[in-house]
Parts: sequence; C-alpha cells; structure tokens
Amino acid sequence: MYDYDIIVVGWGHAGCEAALAAARMGANVLLTGSGWETIADMPCNPSLGGPGKAQIIREIDALGGEMAKIIDHTYLQIRLLNTGKGPAVHSLWAQADKKAYTAQMRKSLEIQPNLTLRVSHVERILINNEKEIDGIETEAGEAYRAPIIILATGTYLGGTIYIGHESYSSGPYGQPASVGLSKILGGLGFNLVRFKTGTSPRIARHSINYARTKEQPGHELPFGFSFETPGTRKNQLLCHLTYTTPETHNIIRTNLSAAPLYTGAITGPGPRYCPSIETKVMEFPDRDRHQIFLEPETRDGETVYLGGLSTSLPPDIQTELVHSVPGLEEAEIIRPGYAIEYDCLVPTEIYPWLEVKRIPGLFTAGQINGTSGYEEAASQGLMAGINAVLKLRGQEPFVLQRSQAYIGVLIDDLVTKGTQEPYRMMTSRVEYRLTIRQDNADLRLTDKGFDFGLIPEKRYQMFKEKRMKIQNELTRLKTTLVPGDKNTAKLLEKMGTTPIQTQTSLADLLLRPEVDYETLGIVDKNRNELPRDVLLVVEIESKYAGYIKKQMTQIERARRLETRRIPRDIDYSQVYGLSREAVEKLSEVQPDSLGRAARISGVSPADIATLIVHLETGNRKRKQDNGDNDET
Amino acid sequence: MVRDKETIAAISTPMGEGAIGIVRISGVYAFDIAGKVFRDPSGQRKRKLRPWGVRYGSIVDCRTGEYIDEVLAVAMPAPYSFTREDIVEFNCHGGTGVLTKVLETVIKCGARLAEPGEFTKRAFLAGRIDLSQAEAVIDVIRAKTDSARRLSLENLKGGLSSKVSMIRESVLGLLAHIEAAIDFPQEDIEVLEIQDMAEQAGEVISGLNSLINLGKSSRIYRDGVSVVLAGKPNVGKSSLFNVLIGKQRAIVTHIPGTTRDIIDDWTTIKGVPVRLVDTAGMRKTEDLVEKLGVEAANRQAEAADLVIVVIDGSCPVDDEDKDTLFRTVDKPGIIAINKCDLGVKVNENNIPPYAGVKKIIQVSARTGEGIDELEKALGELATTEIKDAGDNPVMVNLRQLEALENAMRSMEDALNILNSIKTTDLAAIDIQESLFWLDQITGRSASDDLMDKIFGEFCIGK
Ligand SMILES: Nc1nc2c(ncn2[C@@H]2O[C@H](COP(=O)(O)OP(=O)(O)OP(=O)(O)O)[C@@H](O)[C@H]2O)c(=O)[nH]1
Ligand SMILES: [Mg+2]
Repeated sequence: MYDYDIIVVGWGHAGCEAALAAARMGANVLLTGSGWETIADMPCNPSLGGPGKAQIIREIDALGGEMAKIIDHTYLQIRLLNTGKGPAVHSLWAQADKKAYTAQMRKSLEIQPNLTLRVSHVERILINNEKEIDGIETEAGEAYRAPIIILATGTYLGGTIYIGHESYSSGPYGQPASVGLSKILGGLGFNLVRFKTGTSPRIARHSINYARTKEQPGHELPFGFSFETPGTRKNQLLCHLTYTTPETHNIIRTNLSAAPLYTGAITGPGPRYCPSIETKVMEFPDRDRHQIFLEPETRDGETVYLGGLSTSLPPDIQTELVHSVPGLEEAEIIRPGYAIEYDCLVPTEIYPWLEVKRIPGLFTAGQINGTSGYEEAASQGLMAGINAVLKLRGQEPFVLQRSQAYIGVLIDDLVTKGTQEPYRMMTSRVEYRLTIRQDNADLRLTDKGFDFGLIPEKRYQMFKEKRMKIQNELTRLKTTLVPGDKNTAKLLEKMGTTPIQTQTSLADLLLRPEVDYETLGIVDKNRNELPRDVLLVVEIESKYAGYIKKQMTQIERARRLETRRIPRDIDYSQVYGLSREAVEKLSEVQPDSLGRAARISGVSPADIATLIVHLETGNRKRKQDNGDNDET
Repeated sequence: MVRDKETIAAISTPMGEGAIGIVRISGVYAFDIAGKVFRDPSGQRKRKLRPWGVRYGSIVDCRTGEYIDEVLAVAMPAPYSFTREDIVEFNCHGGTGVLTKVLETVIKCGARLAEPGEFTKRAFLAGRIDLSQAEAVIDVIRAKTDSARRLSLENLKGGLSSKVSMIRESVLGLLAHIEAAIDFPQEDIEVLEIQDMAEQAGEVISGLNSLINLGKSSRIYRDGVSVVLAGKPNVGKSSLFNVLIGKQRAIVTHIPGTTRDIIDDWTTIKGVPVRLVDTAGMRKTEDLVEKLGVEAANRQAEAADLVIVVIDGSCPVDDEDKDTLFRTVDKPGIIAINKCDLGVKVNENNIPPYAGVKKIIQVSARTGEGIDELEKALGELATTEIKDAGDNPVMVNLRQLEALENAMRSMEDALNILNSIKTTDLAAIDIQESLFWLDQITGRSASDDLMDKIFGEFCIGK
C-alpha cells in the first residue's frame, strides 16, 4: 500500500547522504528536490573541510557515506591545515569544484539501486489518523505514500532573500522557497525559529588582476579525505588571497543605512563565525584590513566566490566595494551577495537519532535542524538515513556518543542544548579531541559502517589489515626493550636525548618530547617498513599516550552517567523532589540518558541525584512485582 | 588515579558540634586510604585494619608524616556497611580544625570529597535503605545541596567570586587564543606567541596560588588562631599549656625533653578561639625520637599564627634560648619569662635585639602570676590576626580549596607543556581541566563562554 519505504525531501548534502545510506541498507527510497542542478550544491563557500569539519568528513567516510569520496575525486585544491600544531588537530581542507561535485553526486544517486529521483516541489506532509507519517503531496498534486519521511530542506524552508532594501521569498539561487512546508510544519504545532546566513558576490574570473593578489598553492599529500584515496589529485589549481582596504571600510560605513543587517530588516541571528563584511568592519574598527579569498567555483568556469566578503548591501554598493579591493579594481560582478533568512526547527524537539518527537516517522537532517555547513548537513543526513532504516526494521536507533565522534558531539549539542545561532562544528566543542581525531576516524567507526552494510567487504578487509598492523606495532614498541649499556648511550646521544640507566621499552623512549618515530629508528634496527597511515596513528597513540590515558579516564568518568538510560515514558512532574525548572527542561528535551540530562542547562546535580534515586525506586518496585525480592 | 574509582569521604558529624567528630570514608579504596593515614599507638603503619575492630591510634598527614589527632578507627567491610562498600570511620577529638585536617589528608591520599547526601544516596542505591524511604533520601540530598548552595552563594557575594572570576577570565582568554588558532587557521587573527601564553599561564598560577594562601589564612575564622609554645627543654612550656587550656593535658616532669610530640587543644582566650600547640623543647639532640619532635616543633612554629617563646627566668639566657628567639624572629608573639616565683634573673636587657618586637611578660605557671596579663596580650594579638584576615574577606571552604588546588595543578601542567614541547592543543587539555575546576566554584559552564570569548576577541569568518 505504500509507494516507498522512505521519502527523502531535499537533495542537498543531507538529503543525498540520507537517500544513499537508506537505499544501500536495502530500503526502497524516493528522493525529491526542486531543481536538477541543485543536487549537493554549495550555495555558500565552495570548499569542504577545515578544523572540525574535516573530522566529520572522515567520519562520514568511515560510516560508508559519500562526501569524502566525491570531494577527493573533484577538488581543485587540497591543503592540510594546522600542521604547526599537534597532530590531533591536523585538518584537511579542500577547494571544491561545485559543478563536478554535483555531477559526481548525481551519478552516485543515479546508479544506486532502490533509489528513485524526482524533481518536484513538496507542498504537504500527509499524516494519517494515528498521527503517523503517511507520505507527501507535491505542488503538482501528486501524492507519494511512505511510512517514513526525512526532511532535509535546508534554507528552502520559508526562505527570504535580502539585498539592499529589497527582500523577496526565495530559496538560494533563485530556487523557490518551500513556504507551504513551513506552514504545514507550523500547523503541526512546531516551534520554528528564524536564522540568517549570508553569501558573497561572485565575480568573473577573467576580470581579476591576479598580479595584485597573493598565491595560495595546494599541498602534495599521501592521503585524501576517504580511506580509499591513496594520494593527491594531479593538476591542483592555484588559489588567491587579497585584502580589503581602508577605502572598502569607508564605503561600508557610509552606506550602513542601506544594509538590511543594520536597518533592522533582518531579525534572525546570523552565524558569528561567518559574519558579513558589514559586521566585521563595524565590530572590529581597529582592523585595517580583512582577508578576501578568491575561491574558484569550478575548474574552468567563470565564477569566483569572494570568500570573506559576505554582504547584503545593494548591488551598486557591492560593485563599489569590490572595486576597492586590490586585484578586483575591474572586477565584474556576476551575482551579488545576499543574506537569506530561513526557518529551522527547534532542535530540542528531535531525538538523538534525528526523529521528530511529536511525529513518529518524521526525521529531519541538516540546516532545518539549526546547523550550517555542508559537512554538518551531510553527517546528519547519513545518520537520519541509517536510523530511518533501523526504525523500519524495528531495531534500536544508532546514536554516537560525544566520546565516539564529532558527529556525536554535533547531534548531542543540538538535541540537548538547542542552538542560538546556526551551529557550526568546531574542534573546541569537542571535549575528547585527542582521542577522536581525523586520523583515527576509520578505526572508530568502520566496524559500525560495515555492520550496517555500508562498507564493502573488500574495503573492510583492507581496514582490518591496517588495524592489525597498528596494534602489532604498538605492542612491539611496548615489548621491545633497549639495553641500558654504553652502546645504547652513544646511540641515544646521536638521537639528541639523555642516556638510560636500565633497559627501557621503545614506547617509553618515544614518550620523550625530543624523540619521534623516525629518530627512534637509530636504536630500533629491526623495525619493519610500515605504511604511512599506520605510522601516523602509531606515532600519535604512543607519543601522546599519557594524555590519551588522561582523556580516557575522563571519558570513563562520564560514561557512568551516559549509560544510565531514562525510560521514554517517564513523567517528570511525578518525580518527587525535582525542581520546577528541571521538570520543565527535562520534559522539553526528554533526554534518553542521565548524561544527556546533566548537560541541560537548568538541571542541577541535585536534580540528577534525585533522578537517580527515582529511577532506582522504579527498578526495585518492578523487581518486587516480579517476585524476585532480593531486598534485605 | 584513584579518583575515578570514587572513594568518597566527608565529615559526618555536624560542624562545630559535639566532643567527638567522625570522618567517614566509603568506597573500594577506603581501607587503602585509611591505611596510609592511620598509625597504631607504636607509630606503626597498619597494613590491614581488622574488620569490625575498634582500634586506637593516630592520624598523620600522609605526605609529611605530621601528627594530626588521636583517633578510634572502625573498619566496616563491604557489604555489611551502611553504603555496602568498604567503610572506615575515624572518631576524632572533634574541633572543626582537627576534623578538617583529618579529612584533608584523607583526600590527599585519593578520596574525593563526598557530595552532599552522597553517603545516603549510595546506601539507597546499594539497597541498604528501604524503598519506602526513597523520598526521605531525596529530601536529604536536596536539603544538603540547597544549604550547601545557599552557603556558597553567600560566599560568592564576598570576595572569592570576584577573585575567581578574574582568574577564570584570564584562563578563558588564554584558551580562546589557543582554540581560535586551532579552529580558524586560515584567518589572519593575532594570537599570542607561545612565550606570551606561558607568561599568562604563569600569572594565572600565581593568582591561584595567592588565592589559595588567602583562603588558607581565612581559615582562622573556622579553626581559630594557632599559637605555638616554643622554647628550650624544661622551661615550663607544657606547664603553661596546661594552665592556659585549663586542664592537665600535657605531661609535666622535671626531666628536660619530656614532651616529644606535638600536643594541641582548643580554648578561647579573651573570647578568641585559639588552637594552642605544645611542642618538644628545642635543642640539639642525638635521641632520634626527640629529634623528630624538635623538627616537628620547628615546623609548627613556622606554620603558626602566633608564638609564645618561653624562657626560664630563674637562669640566665643561654644560647639555646637565643636560638629559639632567632628562629621565631618573624612571628608575632610574646616572650614569656617563666618561673618568676623562683626569682627573676632575666630582664629585657638580656634579650637580644634580634628577638623581634615581642612583648615580654613575667609569668609563673606554678603560682599563676602574670597569667592574666599573658592572656590579655595574647587576646590582643589574636584579635589583630582575625582582623587582618577580615580585611581579606575571602572565605574558602575545603571543597573550594580542593577545586582551586586542582585548577592550579592543571595550569602547572599546561605551563610545563608550553615551556617544553610547545604543543598548544595538548596544553589546551590542561587549561580546560583548570577551567573545569574553577567552574566547580563559580557554577558556570565554560563551553558557551568560550565561544563568546573566541568570537568576541577575534574577527573570524570568511
Ligand atoms: N617553680 C616553677 N617551676 C616550674 C614552673 N613552670 C614549670 N616548672 C617546672 O619545670 C619543670 C619542667 O616543666 P615542663 O612544663 O615539663 O617544661 P617543658 O618546657 O614542657 O619541658 P620539655 O617538655 O622537656 O621541653 C617541671 O618540673 C615543672 O614543675 C614555674 O612557673 N615555677
Ligand atoms: Mg613539655
């Protein structure tokens, strides 16, 4: 009686990953979107990765998602950031070719069995008499029935574009906004909030005077985002950097009356990590220049995105603005920047497995949940896709812990604390940064991906081999002892480190700040040649062993609360001794574990202790009722 | 660390009440920890406390070995205890100061300070308390937490809050610099150089350090003013001690070197609570036990708020007297010329000028002569001590002190990394830990504040 198992609405990064994962897990999936060319589009900066986001892409890859593979096949340039800092925060970053990325993703979707693509504008969510999901209805009046819907509509949800004094209803790039959908969601009693984001002008490549800009070359690296990528692409493109001038800042200051951000036209909060140039100039008056990244959107197309120059000033002023920047004196604006306001759900209305609490069968992923960024969206799509299928099968939902993955932190933050601004992943949000790194994402999550059937057998074998090599090498370092004799003393001196009195393991020597794996080779003659990705993990895990252990203790400390489940049917107003504020907050968020409950603001340690006692009381009552009375 | 195994400890009798106070330890490491601080009457460490036995002995500081109090120790093995965990209880002489000291050393050995109502909660969770009492358990937790919170709120109105907030602000700032650089490597933001970070970390450490010292001095409020009787053997320290506390506590003989250990007791002198400490006579000695006693005496004199240097007035001032005066030159206090009933052979001119500004009073422990004048002078000095502490209204309780000390230790780790391997993301782990401990005092959550700081301080964004 259903047409599909799952319908995914919206084919941005979230929708694509959701549909692919669900179809690969065997569900019959319909994926709808409003324009063929908007599949996995990048309407903002054409780049992926960077701190926090690179880790997410690696995690998506380990769980069998698509993003890493596609960007590795299509990027224009790749760089490893943060190499001057500890290896735990090294992060890949890539300048994307948005056209190639879209095309490649479309191909993945097209060849995927069990997956149907359909250009259509969804107008209504159908709900049956039991208040369950029943399907969708499109603008054209077609109806498709399915028990599960994944909403991934991004900025299309009630979008309004602002540019100068003008404003009009729209999705990005002139795509129609889903006004109807907001209405339907609103009618179902959802609280919607309005967020804002901005984009920069695109200019014509031929009109740029590159001589007045700074070159930014890519890196040659022995890896990419995906486990399957062995190295760097050939023919990386040069990127360029230029700066605003005092004149630019003057133009902004004199035209503030035309800036929707300052006239009060835009009310939704914008992301603080991606401020408009208006905001930057006004909030940091001491800065005499700001960076402008000239980001090519495609390999040989005309459009270049002006990263750092997000603005919603009127088009004529944008032209003036752009011309005040070195290298852009003659630049032709192809498309002016704009600000877009859109509706989001309040993410505390969603379970950690991304199902909406009040409508069973409705999942949401991506910007609609209050996040910003392609990586954040894609990871939620993947998780929603997996969980939708698990629900179909009647299996336990898949929830990642904060100590397991950046994705776990992302979703936990959203559903537990909500967000006051579009949420962007940052490494500083992650408390266990040293144990969940970009280099060990595969070790953390590939088993899971394989269990879901999202990692092919061949790749899993390769992965297991890598894992074994790492384990073996770590054990060898711990068990191989270096004698404390004169000969060794000489070698150690050569390594630039102090002699040892008694025999010492290689692992202990490696703990010394001045010793790295390579120099260790001087006293470690019998080592085997190991692949680079293996060495990377081995070196980090052994060099930072002390710190990793510290963090493991913290994780263990937290785990006690994390693993204590709170039954879903709990009525907080009936829990004796809870503060009023706690009852309110707990009822709203409905945390599934004590750990999550403890992170809600307004819930005190005493409330948690009270809750523990309450849960225990319930357990014991149940035991008594079952007759196995083990009380004293 | 033992910490995560969560052996907890607390004073389980109401503060400041009763002649006997109990410090209770519960958890898997209770017996181990007790073993580290408990000594039997011969001063031996007991490897194992006999279950259910009541043992007489003493508590010593687990680091310095310093004597703290004589106690009765009771060991109750799991699962037959209140919490169904291993429990050790020390029945101490009472007096908040001593109890706090015992608790402190227990915590130094790896126990964690129990949360309010935690023993009761554990007892309940272990099935020790009947189901029908569940609500009563919650009441206990709530009442204790709420009163603890009230207390700490009152505390926060005072100086501690603003001082901790200031330190927290610089910790946050330091972290923001590190985090901004990690999260936004492509931005041209001006973050601190490593040396500057190290310098800031150093400032935080010294800030924390002085706060800890200030906090410790504030304990005069709770513990009273500590007064040490110092002097060479046989001058009558123990005799004066007994007179001042009004009971025969210390042994008095005519044999020099009678007192070999620290004896202390509580009394009020002219309305001021005072912890009076009797010590071994200060002299060079070959006797090992006495030698240890003399060392302890020196430490006590150093740590005390006030000192009474006792001199035998019936004999001329000798080198040993001068030595004592020299050692205590920096301490405010009094010079008591004792045994004046035997005729006074010592006057002010015999006291060397390096004795410091100390009032000289002639007394006799035997006849009681001059004792009132001694008490009066002591009362005045003690009041000044309290007043001085009052000008620094930083009240720090043990929980806060523990948090401050942990915050400082983590910051020292961070500084160490900044100075040696210079890896900021590792230092960040320790700085975060430091912040975590400060937030145990302020009750704030750092994660949102950190974001605010990063975005407020740096112009970030493409
Ligand atoms: N006549 C007289 N004898 C005193 C007075 N005070 C103490 N004595 C005597 O001096 C002797 C030593 O007194 P203690 O109080 O034991 O002296 P102490 O300084 O504690 O000696 P150590 O513990 O050995 O360092 C005893 O025999 C006391 O009775 C006093 O005021 N007058
Ligand atoms: Mg004596």
